[in-house]
Amino acid sequence: MGKKILTEKINIPGIREYDVYRQNGGYKSVEKALKEMTPEQLVESVKASGLRGRGGAGFPVGMKWSFIDKKSGKPRHLLVNADESEPGTFKDRYLMEFIPHLLIEGAIVSSFALEANLSYIYIRGEYMFVFKILEKAIKEAYANGWLGKNILGTGYNLDLYVHCGAGAYICGEETAQIESLEGKRGNPRIKPPFPAVSGLWNEPTVVNNVESIASIPWITLNGGEEYAKIGIGRSTGTKLISASGHIKNPGVYEIEMGMTVDEFMNSDEYLGGMIDDRPLKALIPGGSSVQILPPQYIFKTANGDDRLMSYESWSDGGPVTGSSLGSGGFIVYNDTACIVRNTWNLSRFYHHESCGQCSPCREGTGWMEKILYRIEHGQGTEEDVDLLWDIQANIEGNTICPLGDAAAWPVAAAIRHFREEFEYHIRFPEKIKNRNHFREEPMEKVRQLLVK
Amino acid sequence: MERVIIKQFTQQVNITDEVMARIGELTSHYPEGKQKSALLPVLHLVQDAHDNWLSVDLMDKVAEILQIKPIEVYEVATFYSMYNLKPVAKYKFEFCRTACCSIRGAEDLMDYTCSKLGVKEGEITPDGLFSVAGVECLGACGYAPMLQLGDFYHEHMTPEKIDELIENCKQGKVEFYSE
Repeated sequence: MGKKILTEKINIPGIREYDVYRQNGGYKSVEKALKEMTPEQLVESVKASGLRGRGGAGFPVGMKWSFIDKKSGKPRHLLVNADESEPGTFKDRYLMEFIPHLLIEGAIVSSFALEANLSYIYIRGEYMFVFKILEKAIKEAYANGWLGKNILGTGYNLDLYVHCGAGAYICGEETAQIESLEGKRGNPRIKPPFPAVSGLWNEPTVVNNVESIASIPWITLNGGEEYAKIGIGRSTGTKLISASGHIKNPGVYEIEMGMTVDEFMNSDEYLGGMIDDRPLKALIPGGSSVQILPPQYIFKTANGDDRLMSYESWSDGGPVTGSSLGSGGFIVYNDTACIVRNTWNLSRFYHHESCGQCSPCREGTGWMEKILYRIEHGQGTEEDVDLLWDIQANIEGNTICPLGDAAAWPVAAAIRHFREEFEYHIRFPEKIKNRNHFREEPMEKVRQLLVK
Repeated sequence: MERVIIKQFTQQVNITDEVMARIGELTSHYPEGKQKSALLPVLHLVQDAHDNWLSVDLMDKVAEILQIKPIEVYEVATFYSMYNLKPVAKYKFEFCRTACCSIRGAEDLMDYTCSKLGVKEGEITPDGLFSVAGVECLGACGYAPMLQLGDFYHEHMTPEKIDELIENCKQGKVEFYSE
């Protein structure tokens, strides 16, 4: 069994309720932080932990905290990003649904470190049932003196509220989220200025993912150095992985970083191998925005090293033979899945979710969706694959926020690694009429048709 | 997807004292003068209290309550996919059909549900009770296929479970809003 930090207590009966949570050591980190530590010590401790942002980008949390403007004297805010919408990712919901007080505890300590007196949790609107769980937990925290005025008699004041979105993937991007919290459309802002200087209502704001904030109580109680001992290299600590697709045991797992992908995929303690023992075709390791990989780059890197569950190992090989740990949205595909259909599906997603501000993304995502639709429906031409390549290359890096890149990368990787499937669709339209064509006739069986 | 406001749909606007009190509570979560921040939560609230959709009259009322311009409400209501801008079915079956759900049979299950109810995607049954729609990732990828109905997720769905859910909806036994 690997080390558990976030989910250690999640199966205790009644842990969702305040009393049970408190009886099991809950809110101790608030006592320690507010009574024994200074905000600076907390920031240093999180820096020492090496904790990297768990939303997908992996930016060091302590460093992000150290950027917050404390000099201007403007009110500061912590904004907990619970707008979990990256396809393949459902880990934050697991924490919030089953151990909501852990997040609240982390938010209090983090707000204290940032010297913020008004903080928010921004949750996606579709998680309304979770919103209500959090709202109830926050009320319990107020009633027991962990929120409000003069917490624990230390003179520290904090108000924390949960705020709901209304169906927009883009609001997971931090500046779009701030806009949305101000009651506007979720259009990302141009950076700089960064939120740490000018965020919510133009006041200094730090935006952190749920899983990052939920790690703060443990780091506070045990010290950043202890946290840094867990994991491997610059991938310290544990990571929640949301596993879905064609595997025996889908669900949320907390793993110690550095585990081999082979162990995670195939041991009974984790994913238990492929469903129906069908062959593995592809894997997306970190949410739909990262590169999809074929089997030869899943368990081993291009250099022949074991692939590990860590930031560094997944990105080994760059976009060509590597991918990214991202949000930990682990999507497994067997030989019945159609990569063309999957790529079309994801392009439709990004087109739907583009906010429309930047023309490369607004027009490019729709254009890619159209081309992929026609290839998937047997109307593609030989030139379409090159055209797709060209469009994705012209979106990447040319937009205000990373949604453009997120839309481009899956298309590029699908063409790079699975070009034969695109060719098969284009050359044999009569074979792909049924959307489940690979269930009856997997690529293995038809590959010889492609030999000219 | 194009999201436009069509003025011809009208509804009786009725902001009850209870709803008004909750609006007051929601706006108190933001500093003075920043009441516009409550717009998204308030729109959810009034939509729930008005048969799950927002008419122009209702949006104008929200603008008045929050002391902002009507256009500030419209631009938000048209941006976010959870706000309905025309009348909807009582039981809106919203299937996640993004990648992970798709490979686990979401589209087949949507087709099954459509044919069971005798509607195409987006249509409402003549009795006004049901509709079927495909939506983008709902964050339940490991529990696919799934659908959202009101506040709740129905996960690991099968044709049999769909039949049961439809039957329970008809009998008014399905919980819609969480406490």
